[in-house]
Amino acid sequence: MRAFLSAVYLFLYAPIALVVLFSFNAGRNASEFTGFSTAWYGKALSNTFLVAALQNSLIIAFTSAVLAAIFGTMAALGLERLRPRMRALFDALLAAAIVVPGVVIGIATLVALVALFSIVNPALANLWPGERPPQLGLGYGSIIAAHGLFSMALVTMIVKARIASLGRDIVEASSDLYATPLTTFRLIVLPQILPSILAGFLLAFTFSFDDFIIAFFVAGSKTTLPIYVFASIRRGVTPEINAIATMVLAASLLLILSARLLMREKKSKSGE
Amino acid sequence: MRAANRKRNLVTAALIAPAAGWLSVFLVLPFIAMLVFAFGERAPEGGYQPAFTFAQFANLPTRATAFWNTLMLAPAGAFLCLLVAYPTAYYLAVKANPRYRLILVSLVVVPFWTSLLVRTYAWMYILGSRGIPNLLSMIGIEDVRLLNTPGAVLLGIVYGYLPLMIMPIYVSLEKLDRRLLEASADLGAKPVSTFFGVTLPLSLPGVMTGVALVTILLLGEYLIPQLLGGGKVFFIGNALVDLFLQSRNWPFGSAIAVTLVAVVVVVLMAAMRIAWKIAGTRQVDLV
Repeated sequence: MRAFLSAVYLFLYAPIALVVLFSFNAGRNASEFTGFSTAWYGKALSNTFLVAALQNSLIIAFTSAVLAAIFGTMAALGLERLRPRMRALFDALLAAAIVVPGVVIGIATLVALVALFSIVNPALANLWPGERPPQLGLGYGSIIAAHGLFSMALVTMIVKARIASLGRDIVEASSDLYATPLTTFRLIVLPQILPSILAGFLLAFTFSFDDFIIAFFVAGSKTTLPIYVFASIRRGVTPEINAIATMVLAASLLLILSARLLMREKKSKSGE
Repeated sequence: MRAANRKRNLVTAALIAPAAGWLSVFLVLPFIAMLVFAFGERAPEGGYQPAFTFAQFANLPTRATAFWNTLMLAPAGAFLCLLVAYPTAYYLAVKANPRYRLILVSLVVVPFWTSLLVRTYAWMYILGSRGIPNLLSMIGIEDVRLLNTPGAVLLGIVYGYLPLMIMPIYVSLEKLDRRLLEASADLGAKPVSTFFGVTLPLSLPGVMTGVALVTILLLGEYLIPQLLGGGKVFFIGNALVDLFLQSRNWPFGSAIAVTLVAVVVVVLMAAMRIAWKIAGTRQVDLV
């Protein structure tokens, strides 16, 4: 039994460890370790395409996660106050945003936006007084919107669960003591749900940062980090990709550990 | 009182509005658009032109291989996942030292939250010609091909989704009332019969959740078949990327996407129905 468990952990971590190890390989050869070197990291970081892709990914992940955290939290608070039938409808839509495969979300967003652009862009061109009318197109906006959809549903679910486990009595006590709803929210509710909002934000950031398939459809000419990594992998396995892969792993690891710490804090508090 | 009520409703609406707007514009409308496209025609230069035809759906059999692979390998992969996940979850929930339990469980979850692209790439590396086949050739076993086979895809699936399968099973085993196990032992049941008579049936909701989650995610999988199947083991997701980004046949792609969503819904409903039957309640969380 114990041996089985060890084998499972080996299975889970050995491939990752191998990629990390070979990212420090001095030679080009992928099958033997010829010496320790950080040269491939330098090479990767001086690659302007890679740095641009990283920048795009960070902008997109941050924006979509912030929007998802704000709107998702608002929705979780609002859902509470909704009539049951409306709430069921809303819950179904949120579940759909999570369950529908990323491939389909990407396609549907692409199809809808292109249809929209084909109407809006000629209209804009007609109405525009100047020579060069602005053209709407795929890019940051479409990726942020598509990532935010899933992320917002995720944040709503997490915050909703937290609100459900919140003590009602303390909220009632607050209003009995003549606190305005806003004061009650600021002093009582918000501090208690804040860890789950932050956890939701970090999960949303991680999801967006790691997502390949949705961005692949709606990115237009923009390149995100996973799209860049995917394209390089198809050109062939090189130590430089190992270095990039290791950095991607380290980044998502850092984010996910922070999110879990926040969720843990939430758990221990509700256990009191 | 009425004014207070109106104010309350306004606040509720204001809280819900951004999320409702987002869901409508980027989920509901796109689905309607996709449905419309599925009944249209491919424009000569690629893309979409309006029409009302069922031709796209009639064409589905031309992509039968992708459907066949997906509908065979997704459940097979989920089942293989289960075979590895159940003993792991059982050990973590029942046998592991409570002091280290949290750490051990976290160690299982962490890989799931790191990039699937990178983790799948790791296997390209191991299974590729410079990996295991290279090692095998050193001991005289030549010409072993591991990459770009259905087996490689299945391995990638088990690797990628194992954590997601372990978690729901672990949760249901952890919730298990220990007194039931003691009662079973007190009544003279051997450990094996306690396992099959008590533990396993009570963990079935977790098993169902895991199998359903993994199967549903796999139905739309793209990366694993692309990287480890090398274009030979095609899933529906790969067909969709091909149709939209290469051959620009949007109506046909939309028809396939609509069909995929229908399959996901059917699988989800079946899973929930079975789960309810097993659990005897309606309280099974699939999401």
